[in-house]
Amino acid sequence: MTRTLLTHARLIDPEAGTVAPGALLLEGGVIRAVLADPAGTEARDGAEVTDCRNAFLAPGIVDLGVKVGEPGERHKESFKTAGLAAAAGGVTTIVTRPDTSPAIDTPEVLEFIRRRANEVAPVRVLPMAALTKGREGREMTELGFLLDAGAVGFTDCDHVVTDTKVLSRALTYARSLGALVMCHPQDPGLSAGASASSGKFASLRGLPAVSPMAERMGLDRDLALVEMTGVRYHADQITTSRALPALERAKRNGFDVTAGTSMHHLTLNEMDVADYRTFFKVKPPLRSEDDRQAVIEAVRSGLIDVIGSFHTPQDEESKRLPFEAAAAGAVGLETMLPVLLRLYHSGELDLPTLFRALSLNPAKRLGLPCGRLAAGAPADLVLFDADKPFILDRFKLQSKSKNTPFDGARLQGKVLQTLVAGRSVYRSA
Amino acid sequence: MRFDQRHLLGIEPLRADEITTLLDLADQYVTLSRRREKHSSLLSGLTQINMFFENSTRTQSSFELAGKRLGADVMNMSMQASSIKKGETLIDTALTLNAMHPDLLVVRHPQSGAVDLLAQKVHCAVINAGDGRHEHPTQALLDALTIRRAKGRLHRLNIAICGDIAHSRVARSNLLLLHKMENRIRLVGPATLMPAGIDAFGVEVYDNMEEGLRDVDVVMMLRLQKERMDGGFIPSEREYYHRWGLDAEKLAHAKPDAIVMHPGPMNRGVEIDGTIADDINRSVIQEQVEMGVAVRMAAMDLLARNLRARPTELSA
Repeated sequence: MTRTLLTHARLIDPEAGTVAPGALLLEGGVIRAVLADPAGTEARDGAEVTDCRNAFLAPGIVDLGVKVGEPGERHKESFKTAGLAAAAGGVTTIVTRPDTSPAIDTPEVLEFIRRRANEVAPVRVLPMAALTKGREGREMTELGFLLDAGAVGFTDCDHVVTDTKVLSRALTYARSLGALVMCHPQDPGLSAGASASSGKFASLRGLPAVSPMAERMGLDRDLALVEMTGVRYHADQITTSRALPALERAKRNGFDVTAGTSMHHLTLNEMDVADYRTFFKVKPPLRSEDDRQAVIEAVRSGLIDVIGSFHTPQDEESKRLPFEAAAAGAVGLETMLPVLLRLYHSGELDLPTLFRALSLNPAKRLGLPCGRLAAGAPADLVLFDADKPFILDRFKLQSKSKNTPFDGARLQGKVLQTLVAGRSVYRSA
Repeated sequence: MRFDQRHLLGIEPLRADEITTLLDLADQYVTLSRRREKHSSLLSGLTQINMFFENSTRTQSSFELAGKRLGADVMNMSMQASSIKKGETLIDTALTLNAMHPDLLVVRHPQSGAVDLLAQKVHCAVINAGDGRHEHPTQALLDALTIRRAKGRLHRLNIAICGDIAHSRVARSNLLLLHKMENRIRLVGPATLMPAGIDAFGVEVYDNMEEGLRDVDVVMMLRLQKERMDGGFIPSEREYYHRWGLDAEKLAHAKPDAIVMHPGPMNRGVEIDGTIADDINRSVIQEQVEMGVAVRMAAMDLLARNLRARPTELSA
């Protein structure tokens, strides 16, 4: 069995909250030992040695809520291109969304995409399935069969189940199976037709807008149903300060609740839309600077558990439209780490905190053994230089779709190498 | 005298001196338009295309007349009935247009920002004739010219903009323009028809007409945009008229020489009493229509000068 020794690395340990020089010994696809000696002298015998030259080594990113265009929209993204983008971005596990066409709502479709993913994607792919059939909010899917077929969670993505009776039954049934349910906290009535957050900016641009309060209303309702059913609940994106107290209260009261947020809401605000730039149209819409600051603080304190890219590939045609008519969403698998390093360079988040939200917490929430730098954990790793500057060129991205709001952005930080189960799946040129 | 714009997409990008330049020129076109011989050949040889993705008789005729008086070849394209229905995107429309080599393009579109998008893709000068709830710059300019001619100045006036602010591109453009020219602005109307974030606009907000109109120099009424409303913003038209419709009693709170404006078309008995609208001592609504043609002539003249100053672009 080959042994690999990664020496002279700066190890980011999100569990301990530390960054320290050290070495990692990998064997059989798992981390065999974490060594405090950067040279790894004691483990050198018979090992293939790679000198990390003082770069950062962290557990690979687990990206919760990635849209891949299979089935239905392979022209936007395939498992192969999504996998390549993930590898180039230090994402070692993709957790896919079922908002495909058709929706992933039967065990047969789920098995099809698992097979497709395992054939072509260089990183791990774990699917989520729809909570209701066709994501229509009327009947629950075959939650048990889907769980048996490998669904790691259930979600209707950005479709909110408006019928609370349907939702409460689905949550109760999911609870009996111990399944994780991910919801999109949003009041669908208030947010109908909106493409921006209400405020001075949206008013001046004349865009139909939604009050940020709609997120809190959606979360309040969901949390009441969590209290009623006891389900394991994850809010996909919390993006406003008004929603945070309710989240904090639910956690304090001991409910099995976690929450995520997106890379875009952490690094951009509503003003970035400027003159109707549709690549900045995401769902929920970008928020005020005050909200952005509050969400960063919530990630720092641990109130928000997970950061995801909410990778949503869209072709040029669906974006080159008037803002209201343009499709929402941005690609993010490959850009997430360098973009989020802006928060590290600005001193807003330290690296262990960042990787707690990117790797450790999502892995823990899904019951995965990865996300940690510890003996016995899978050797899913990302090696990166946090300082290397570059200008992002969207046409150089691996994704089939190039809809990133960071085209031309000055970023700092490059992935040098990505390993999945100890095997190199990406190495920067 | 300077006017450094390639397009007229909104009031937001204009400087105060550019607005003054345009209004000064428009004054000359008022004089021209009142002569028996109204024709000039300034735009002779240039092609103007009016492209209306949303129905409008008044604005479209005004632009058409302005172009014809300046000697341009004017073509009207009603986009409602045409290729949009066949699924053509705005970008494809732009490419088609480029092949026709127009010099001036006048666009109205129901979605905010659509005219900006089109302007990025075409080679000619673009005039925004109204996009969604965003801007309607020539309306604000004609209102400004009307005020300046009636009041003798366009600064330090108390101006009330009343009614459906939320759905109105006219209100946004007027707000921006009157701010740039240093006036005091009040917005008067029901809270449901005020845009969000209004506190940050630097205006005074009233939901009571009597208080809102007290001692103002100019009363601008807006049309209740029933077609843009997706659900009940007001309980009924009769309650709206009772509380926010402009009648003699409410107008009595304004200055005795205050003028009354309306961008048209009016809903008589909804936002304005018919007798006020027709009162030649107070209402300048007819003048607004006249100024509309003059302002549009001035805008096209200035854009055409900038167009001619640039080397001919070969279409890519």
